[in-house]
Amino acid sequence: MTVIQKKADNQIAHLSAEDIEIIGKELDAIRDRVIADRGERDARYIRKVIKTQRTLEISSRAVLLFSLFPPAWIVGTAGLAVAKILDNMEIGHNVLHGQWDWMRDPKIHSTTWDWDHVSPPDQWKHSHNELHHRYTNVLGKDNDLGYGIMRVDEDQPWHPMHLGQPFYNLVNACFFEYGIAAYDLELGDNLKNGRHKDPAFRARAKAVGRKIRRQVLKDYVLHPLLSGPSFLSTLAATFTANLIRNLWSHSVIMCGHFPNGVETFEKTSIEGETRGEWYLRQMLGSANISGSRLLHIMTGNLSYQIEHHLFPDLPSNRYQEIAPQVRALFDRYGLKYTTGPLPKQVASAWWKVIRLSLPNRRSDRRQPVAPAPLVSSGTA
Amino acid sequence: MTTTAPRRSQKVTFRDRLLRLAGAVTTPLLPGDYLDLVAPLRAGAPLRGRILAVRPETRDAATVVIQPGRGWQGHLPGQYVRLGVDVDGVRQWRAYSVTSVPGAADGRITVTVKAIPDGKVSNHLVRRVRPGTIVQLDQAQGDFVVPEATPGRVLFLTAGSGITPVMGMLRAGLPDRADVVVVHSAPARDDVIFGAELRALAEAGALRLVERHTDTDGLLGVDELAGLVPDHLDRQTWACGPIGMLDAVEGYWESHGLADRLHTERFRPTVISPGEGGTVTFTGAGVTVEADGATPILDAGEQAGVLMPSGCRMGICFGCVVPLREGAVRDLRNGDVTTAVPGDGVLVQTCVSAAAGTCDIEL
Repeated sequence: MTVIQKKADNQIAHLSAEDIEIIGKELDAIRDRVIADRGERDARYIRKVIKTQRTLEISSRAVLLFSLFPPAWIVGTAGLAVAKILDNMEIGHNVLHGQWDWMRDPKIHSTTWDWDHVSPPDQWKHSHNELHHRYTNVLGKDNDLGYGIMRVDEDQPWHPMHLGQPFYNLVNACFFEYGIAAYDLELGDNLKNGRHKDPAFRARAKAVGRKIRRQVLKDYVLHPLLSGPSFLSTLAATFTANLIRNLWSHSVIMCGHFPNGVETFEKTSIEGETRGEWYLRQMLGSANISGSRLLHIMTGNLSYQIEHHLFPDLPSNRYQEIAPQVRALFDRYGLKYTTGPLPKQVASAWWKVIRLSLPNRRSDRRQPVAPAPLVSSGTA
Repeated sequence: MTTTAPRRSQKVTFRDRLLRLAGAVTTPLLPGDYLDLVAPLRAGAPLRGRILAVRPETRDAATVVIQPGRGWQGHLPGQYVRLGVDVDGVRQWRAYSVTSVPGAADGRITVTVKAIPDGKVSNHLVRRVRPGTIVQLDQAQGDFVVPEATPGRVLFLTAGSGITPVMGMLRAGLPDRADVVVVHSAPARDDVIFGAELRALAEAGALRLVERHTDTDGLLGVDELAGLVPDHLDRQTWACGPIGMLDAVEGYWESHGLADRLHTERFRPTVISPGEGGTVTFTGAGVTVEADGATPILDAGEQAGVLMPSGCRMGICFGCVVPLREGAVRDLRNGDVTTAVPGDGVLVQTCVSAAAGTCDIEL
């Protein structure tokens, strides 16, 4: 991908300012219809997922008390990995987005929720909800584009450091929750600029430290201890479950904005951005994953990344219901709805990480003949 | 859930250590989050109750039988309990009088609910709720109770569902201790909640019952009281009913200089009628501002110097969510109005909500 405004085949060139505002109105209407209909069915859904997750987690951990027996190890580890994935993806991510705040249940609310993850909810909410979702795919504003360590867009400047990015990406995938915590802390930036003594930064680092300590104590000390003679095998099991969760969530999240077909935007293009233009940026800056109902639940419905980015606060179970309407809108306005099966999207994202570890020759990019239209100018 | 209970004393007991250890095993959840799966009514859990049965009383009223959780501390006759009921997936809190006798052997309590037109919760409880449903509870409250030193002569002035707290008192044996007159208004004979029970008590001579059927006889005027109950001003009087009736009754007793003999219960103490803009009070900061119907409360607060949490300022990040203690706000995106009364626990996104009338923000 390159910044959309610089492309010769700019896929929004045919849209008028009015078209963009009408797209915005149509999306608002989809949102309003869901909100008007939101109710008991949705509440039942999230409570069922939470109940399933808790039951699965506690029973998997119970099985792991006997993890010396290989079948118990396999069943317990698989169950725990799934429970951790559900906790982070379909429950944690979405509750922390405020998708369930409308239920007014203080136990399932973005202001009270905590998750099995080393990034404290308030820090994650800031970097994810406030920055990433607002500045989606804007180069220099949205740090999710390569997480500040990788180059995932031709228009990001190349640096010799990027030669190692396939390796960093693999390490990041294995320890993804730590990567996210460091990212939410803006660790690299804060250390580089000597802000490690800043009291606000220290307080946030302390909060991360507490989350890490509690997770390590639970997963690598207490549960193994409870397993008695199965200490070591339970330790290996919880480590493996965390690893699986990390690899899975990293894969799903890479598919959201890195695959081919996803557009990026220039910083200047969002100045004075209208609601319609904001929607359009979300439409073009995200990619979906196609698959079964189970896959969607396991990805926290981030397989409907486009719908999620358009409506980050709608209940996740609704994304697949509105997807056909959203897709029809793409078709009507000649926009590309990027989607594909998980292996294809993961491969596409990885290929980009590998490809862009090398500098791209500037001549690779065709310059448009006419001056580049800006999304926000509305004159495209 | 990360909420941890505040420690009451510095002394760390064995129980505290055990709880802390259990918390370390279940983190980030609390041990209670797992226990809730199997024992939502256990001791130590947030107070809840299970609805066991719903018994129709009249065509639009029903008695709801509730098994309260172990933490229930009991009630006094005449008190009410706040019920948190999920209606269409949204938790709504309402207060209902307890109509059962305190200290029942099975520990059950009943509340009696009249479905009011457009009443979200009352209609749900009377017509739709299924036995087995878990509801949230608060401890019983309210001072609409007959004092320990029971007055010799008592008058109850009630209308509609206003009979419910009174029924709680009558069932708890008040007629054995006092001379009781009940003047009750309802649209028609069949609409009298607990009609059969009241008439039976009257027939047995336990109390004097004056029924007023307003469909045929019109509303009861305060000036008619002298004729119906000649000694009404000598009696300690408890009144419960619609706001109009209570206003009239209070004015009447005051005009006789006998306000201390009158006790009233207002079921809907606050009526919130949404408008455009209004006075916004940030209760914690002690700041009050006038905001118009187009200004997000976030902007209004910041302009007034209140330290407001904020985020994306476009309604997507939920970084600005704060409790609306009381009042009404309008969602600037779609015009939806959210109202709250104290205790509702309603949280609103200040960046996309404007005042729709007077509102108190807990900040």
